Amino acid sequence: MTDGRRTAGDGAAAAGGGEAPLLELTGIGKDYGAVRALEGVSLTVRAGEITCVLGDNGAGKSTLIKIVSGLHRHDAGTYRIGGEEVVLGSPREALDRGIATVHQDLAVVPLMPVWRNFFLGSELTRGRGPLRRLDVRAMRATTRDALLRMGIDLHDVDRPIGTLSGGQRQCTAIARAVHFGAKVLVLDEPTAALGVKQAGVVLKYVAAARDAGLGVVLITHNPHHAHLVGDRFVLLKRGTMAGSHAREEISLEELTRQMAGGSELEQIGHELERASLRRRDPAPDGAPEPDGEQARGGGPGGGRNPGEGGR
Amino acid sequence: MSPAAPAPTAPGGTDAAARAAGSPPPRPSLRRLLGRPELGSVVGAAAVLVFFSVVADSFLRASSLSTVLYAASTIGIMAVPVALLMIGGEFDLSAGVLVTTSALVSSMFSYQMTANVWVGIGVSLAVTLAVGVFNGVMLVRTKLPSFIVTLGTFLMLTGLNLGLTKLISGTVSTKGIGDMEGFASARVLFASRLDLGGGIGVRVTVVWWLALVALATWVLLRTRAGNWIFAVGGDQEAARAVGVPVARTKVALYTAVAFCAWVSGQHLLMSFDVVQSGEGVGNEFLYIIAAVIGGCLMTGGYGSAIGSAVGALIFGMTSKGIVYAQWDQDWFKFFLGAMLLLATLLNAWVRKKAEATA
Repeated sequence: MTDGRRTAGDGAAAAGGGEAPLLELTGIGKDYGAVRALEGVSLTVRAGEITCVLGDNGAGKSTLIKIVSGLHRHDAGTYRIGGEEVVLGSPREALDRGIATVHQDLAVVPLMPVWRNFFLGSELTRGRGPLRRLDVRAMRATTRDALLRMGIDLHDVDRPIGTLSGGQRQCTAIARAVHFGAKVLVLDEPTAALGVKQAGVVLKYVAAARDAGLGVVLITHNPHHAHLVGDRFVLLKRGTMAGSHAREEISLEELTRQMAGGSELEQIGHELERASLRRRDPAPDGAPEPDGEQARGGGPGGGRNPGEGGR
Repeated sequence: MSPAAPAPTAPGGTDAAARAAGSPPPRPSLRRLLGRPELGSVVGAAAVLVFFSVVADSFLRASSLSTVLYAASTIGIMAVPVALLMIGGEFDLSAGVLVTTSALVSSMFSYQMTANVWVGIGVSLAVTLAVGVFNGVMLVRTKLPSFIVTLGTFLMLTGLNLGLTKLISGTVSTKGIGDMEGFASARVLFASRLDLGGGIGVRVTVVWWLALVALATWVLLRTRAGNWIFAVGGDQEAARAVGVPVARTKVALYTAVAFCAWVSGQHLLMSFDVVQSGEGVGNEFLYIIAAVIGGCLMTGGYGSAIGSAVGALIFGMTSKGIVYAQWDQDWFKFFLGAMLLLATLLNAWVRKKAEATA
């Protein structure tokens, strides 16, 4: 109980090596009743690598993350942890196997000090029996050190964690997972609610976790963030795999294109272009006649999409 | 310490960024003082003390203060666990009548079944704790709001107190047990007066009260259980996600309320010998008021046991101060209500200041 930490770095030696990957999901499927939420999804996570899972809302990202983190059981396919096939029954099981998930809501208690949050559920104690008490000094110091190792210099760990910025809170959650011996770090949309600068800071810490030898699963819908740090990319679309690429195989442009649905995006682009043309055109003519305008801008396409329905 | 410290990936620029995103220069000691939940109530208590010292000449006499402390302790003993429960995010509306239940059980069991008061006291402890466990288990099993669950217990206990007492004793109050074996020794533990010399004495309930405050403060701030209490009140789901035993913590909190209700109930019995079965209704609000005046957040996750003690002290000073000032007792409730509003506003203001400094 005095030190709940296991060594996180032993995986670093195996980085990219021939050993079994930390996580290997093959042909994973999941049904919610009659609804097929996920089908035939495969994912590999190696030590010292970041695997990004990209997809639009409803693509099945959160179902996948729930299977990985033990909240849901998969219905089809195989899930291997370190080469061993498993069916996880609870988040605790996943945690015991070294898979730590940082959820979007971060699982922190806003009014509690940073150090109490850091050790919540895994408090350090000293003394025995009725005199067993929190080792406050050790927890404060450890929290400060663990954060510092991630590059966060927090002068006062007694602050309520709710007073930290979103980025700092995210980083604290990551530092907590690293400290408690996670081998695989699953991050659910860590940059979604953040500004540009904060998101950059968080990505830096994600990279720091990778360099510490962890395997990282980064769930995001932002291809720019993914491409900055990712080693491989898995694209999900309506519950199925829309692509799986190593970093060197794919450019940011291509990733963005695929992520946004490729041809769908192009079509939207055309439609938007038409709409803006229409809006710009009438001014020089000085004849904002609605009918004429529509006839000119509508073009041969004829079919009005809902975006144009505003007028 | 880290097996693979990512020192190269933590350049100075990162620190600067983290700092820029953080706070202005720290003033930890001042902020920590302002951040104490009970600060507002301490200011309030000082104001009440000054006020009654001015309007009532006899207020500052040792004997008066002893009376004030006694009044404070009768509420304070219950305000401690109620405050812990509130920090844990729940209410207990049955706390007031549970005190009466506890007294009734030990009185009637002793009178009807045995010749020794201590047996009744033991049975009462078991029954009272069982009610606490019932409250807690109902709450975590049904997931109903604690307001509803304990309102149900409150009404049921109110009915049982009256009904069973009438059924067993034939009247609405219990028979005297003052001549029974064990009464004298029980009285020492629950309702005696400790002489401090020079005619000054304190009631034993004050000792119970201060001991409970100290114990609760230690548990809250220095044990894992305390950490869990703050966590389940602050964000139950987050607490569950990191492995805090939420259900166990809540049941334990209700059991703590029950234990203190037992202490209060035995005091009630030992000091008056007979118990009125209709007593205790409404006292649950006094406990809650003491906790809230003491800085407990109604929504949970914030507060202190010391604050509840200061809240109880304000209650004691006000209720007795009105007597010493020779005013009509009817004004007491008005003062209590005004105090509650003022204290809550003051607490909110202090907390805002504290957060602004942070």
